[in-house]
Amino acid sequence: MATLEEKIEETRKLGLQVVKEIEEDRLMTLSVGPQHPGSGHFRFTIKVDGDYIVYCDPDPGYVHRGEEKMCEYRNVIQNIPHLERPVIHDSNNITYSYSLAVEDLMGIQVPRRGQFIRAIASELNRQVYTLYWLAIYGIFLGHSTMFMWPAGDRELFIDLLERLTGARVTHAYNIPGGVRNDMPEGFKQRCLDHIRYFEKRLKEYEDIFYNMPLFRQRTEGVAVLSKEDAVKLGVTGSVLRASGIPYDIRKVEPYDVYNEVDFKVQYMKTGDSFARSYVPFLDMKESCNIMRQLLDKMPESGEVRTKLQPNPKGPPGEAYRRVESGRGALGYHIVSDGTPRPYRVKISVGSFRNLLALPYLLVGNKLADMPAVYWSLNYWPVEADR
Amino acid sequence: MSSDKEEQKMKAAKPTKAAGPEKAAPEVAKPAETKPVPAPKPAAPPATAAPPAKQEPEPPAFEKGLAQELVAKFGDAVKILYIRPIRIKVETGPSSIVEVATYLRDSMGFDHAESASGTDYPKENQIEVNYHLGSYTRDDLLANIIVLTTKANRDDPRVPSLIRVYPSVEYHERETYEMLGVYFEGHPRMERFLLPEDWADIPPLRKDFRIKGR
Repeated sequence: MATLEEKIEETRKLGLQVVKEIEEDRLMTLSVGPQHPGSGHFRFTIKVDGDYIVYCDPDPGYVHRGEEKMCEYRNVIQNIPHLERPVIHDSNNITYSYSLAVEDLMGIQVPRRGQFIRAIASELNRQVYTLYWLAIYGIFLGHSTMFMWPAGDRELFIDLLERLTGARVTHAYNIPGGVRNDMPEGFKQRCLDHIRYFEKRLKEYEDIFYNMPLFRQRTEGVAVLSKEDAVKLGVTGSVLRASGIPYDIRKVEPYDVYNEVDFKVQYMKTGDSFARSYVPFLDMKESCNIMRQLLDKMPESGEVRTKLQPNPKGPPGEAYRRVESGRGALGYHIVSDGTPRPYRVKISVGSFRNLLALPYLLVGNKLADMPAVYWSLNYWPVEADR
Repeated sequence: MSSDKEEQKMKAAKPTKAAGPEKAAPEVAKPAETKPVPAPKPAAPPATAAPPAKQEPEPPAFEKGLAQELVAKFGDAVKILYIRPIRIKVETGPSSIVEVATYLRDSMGFDHAESASGTDYPKENQIEVNYHLGSYTRDDLLANIIVLTTKANRDDPRVPSLIRVYPSVEYHERETYEMLGVYFEGHPRMERFLLPEDWADIPPLRKDFRIKGR
């Protein structure tokens, strides 16, 4: 029988959970979640040998709602409100790729102004999500100021989205063919004002949080995910970019008007928890830059939406489209049989893909590092369960 | 109808467990693959679309090259279902899927799987298993997705697991197992993942599972 050390080594190498029968008497089993304040609606079982985690088994599914099945019972428009439930804080992005896939299937063209508006809305929404995530990351590392600040500044973008869409978090704003309504009067100026203020705040975040020695000690060099392993595990989004791969769907597969925007893909090479928490921060900075350009280039007037017939349907076929969400690539594989209802909808989400890295990264680390590692994965349990 | 014969041959090659009478009829939901084209298969990638399906435009050269590389290597074992800009769909039998996936990874640069999923086709008594493969390391492939697909008999769906080729499919295959009942041979843990522990019904993404009240 292999020794404990060999089994741990094997687990780490494969990224699989093969440590099933280690000598139990030395180990203590801990169940983290689903009521644990640090895990969200999600549970994982860990085994510790002293201070060290030697085994981790994620157990998602506490918020599984059967989104994919529900899609088969509603037409493509009726699907939108329930599809944004998995990530209400990033609802524009999860309906964005859905709209793109449906447009592909039905051959719908989106008016240029509509393309700009939904790109701006998705950037605003990505900020909202990232700030929410950053707030939680802060509080679970014991930094309560870092909870208060992003949670407060999030209101800047929620306010903008409320003016734009009429709702604070679940907007149902993107629909196949464009966006539901045009921008309100004075939105552009207000948006620019908020961005200017927010960029000042970002500098303060950096000073109080990312440059704090305590935070850096807890995250630097912790749970390193190498470039090769990141590719093998197929992780996405900020987790992937923190491991040295500049992969961003907005860049590699530009959708709508992103090919007209000049921006850099933010990435780091260290692959540790610090990099995974810093890359979303860099993304927020870059996103301000993207929004300015989008606002600048947007046509002053025009249609924002191609009107569809009631109960729209297209020819049979299938489409797979992706966007870059706050948690990485978000793709929809939609199969249509020619009726108004999709035959099959597969939602490929970043959280579910990044979950595979959790056991891989936790095994071999100290129990005290668990929150720093878990939250650095940018994992959103509701989205993973769908 | 030489292609009909070929289609029969492909079906015979699959280790289906003497299922119900499988018609060689084209599936409704798949556009490009249908139609009998008398041309020899390897040379003719997507072929013409069936009349009711969406008209496929001329395939882009780069994607066509990728598809032709696969066809040249595996011949009749792979079937190109469509070629579109940055998307290719390739069908292969369960017996050769590991071999094709290994080739895609080692020689063509598709280094990770984005997802594994399945679609139920009760009329054809088949379940289609899809792997979406992408590349992080080859610059010219970053946007490309190859959909590697195989079909399993619906009565006893078993396909080889790709976990030794793409470790990233571990959870996706488990999800497909519980949602569609497809058993992935060689996967170390074919266990429940998202569904409740006391789930005692048929796999919910099968078409004969109905949501209550609908």
